[in-house]
Amino acid sequence: MSFVKALQCKECKKQYPKEALHVCEECFGPLEVAYDYDAIAGAISRDAIAKRAGSLWRYRELLPIDGEPTVGLHAGFTPLLRAKRLGEALGHRDLWVKNDAVSHPTQSFKDRVVAVALSKAIELGFDTVACASTGNLANSTAANAAHAGLRCYVLIPHDLEAGKVIASQVYAPHLVRINGTYDDVNRLCSEIADRHKWAFVNVNIRPYYAEGSKSYGYEIQEQLGWRTPAHVVVPMASGSLLTKIGKSIEEFTKLGLVEVRGKTRLYGAQASGCGPIAEAVLAGRDAIKPVKKPNTIAKSLAIGNPADGPYAAQAIRASGGHAAAVSDEEILDAIKLLASTEGVFTETAGGVTVAAARRLIAEGRIPADEPTVLCITGNGLKTQEPLIDALPLPPAIAPRIDEFEKVL
Amino acid sequence: MAIVRIPTPLRKLTGGAEEVQASGKSVGELIGELEKKYPGIKERICDESGSVRRFVNIFVKDEDIRFLQNLETPLGDKDEVSIVPAIAGG
Repeated sequence: MSFVKALQCKECKKQYPKEALHVCEECFGPLEVAYDYDAIAGAISRDAIAKRAGSLWRYRELLPIDGEPTVGLHAGFTPLLRAKRLGEALGHRDLWVKNDAVSHPTQSFKDRVVAVALSKAIELGFDTVACASTGNLANSTAANAAHAGLRCYVLIPHDLEAGKVIASQVYAPHLVRINGTYDDVNRLCSEIADRHKWAFVNVNIRPYYAEGSKSYGYEIQEQLGWRTPAHVVVPMASGSLLTKIGKSIEEFTKLGLVEVRGKTRLYGAQASGCGPIAEAVLAGRDAIKPVKKPNTIAKSLAIGNPADGPYAAQAIRASGGHAAAVSDEEILDAIKLLASTEGVFTETAGGVTVAAARRLIAEGRIPADEPTVLCITGNGLKTQEPLIDALPLPPAIAPRIDEFEKVL
Repeated sequence: MAIVRIPTPLRKLTGGAEEVQASGKSVGELIGELEKKYPGIKERICDESGSVRRFVNIFVKDEDIRFLQNLETPLGDKDEVSIVPAIAGG
């Protein structure tokens, strides 16, 4: 049974049928999935959710497919770790890490959105899927398309990390490298999507795809013992994840599934080399000034012209949260700090989150004793390049005990 | 005449055409010319104040006009102009 009523323009509220559409033809606003929450309220409960398998599909009433899910059946339900040692290092006493670095099958939160997007693409009758990606989405689309037997095209900027490129190529998609920034790739994909009848997960399937991110927020609440967090620090590229975490909290609150302890504050994390949303928040405006040439090691966040930027800025401000834009040096320090305190190796985007949290805690923006969740959305094994200089190889020694004692 | 690439949401207004030609010394003038040929198209692209809507991106020769001179961006003969929905990606 489906709980999806229609697609609806977020700006002018015009409704559209549940098809592969993403833009309002009246005002170019984004289309969003509209649910029948009264019906959902009658169908969902803590007990029902808790009895289901550990994947994002345990929240299926709140995900926008009509039939049974067919792709990404094991995605999501990643650990929420109590980060005591990181908390000590940052001066915080109630810190948590939501760890999508171990998501199945491709080690990033993109496995969630792709599970939903490809399940929906199959429902809509597509046999070819595609995406514009900074790496993680390409990995997940290619892997899930391989498993589902779909044709797959992934388009990426030419200069991604080797780990991210290989982790797409291995699944044998049609991989196209573009001489340009992610924003150039994105524009090209919009034009391709107009010509080829493919399911572009983050273009014409985007309203469904983006809903998959809500599962990250549902899990945080369930894993905190059906409570809302006080503060959440979220990395921002397009800004979609942040808005969807906000939506997940609103939905669980509306459905009475969680104990609400005040309004959850959302904090956006970006790199200073590409921080158009963070800059808008810091300047107190919703309007986004695009970044022409992003320059940061956090390539997965390097979107100069973020689609959900205005909504993310608005959501942050409405929640009473804040933002931070951090340097490459802070990102590398933060990656090492998270790894050495919690045993979690995150990619550069996770470094952005931890570095932003560090600054926001130090500034007193995030109080040191309220439940605070850091969103770790990707795996460090995919973005090793910037760490090579920061972690020089130790000298090799002879296999002799006296040699070993010398380097102790 | 510039060559203008029309996105799907506007093709009902251009009789289904993916590409049209229009004249204009600047992007603003071009949109005015498009409105004469395809009445109603301007209000889809621009808001009440005449600025380009926030979810519309316009590119001249592959460059976002916000990095050029916005609606004042000059156009040469046969320049390619793309109108692209901003909502994509991420």
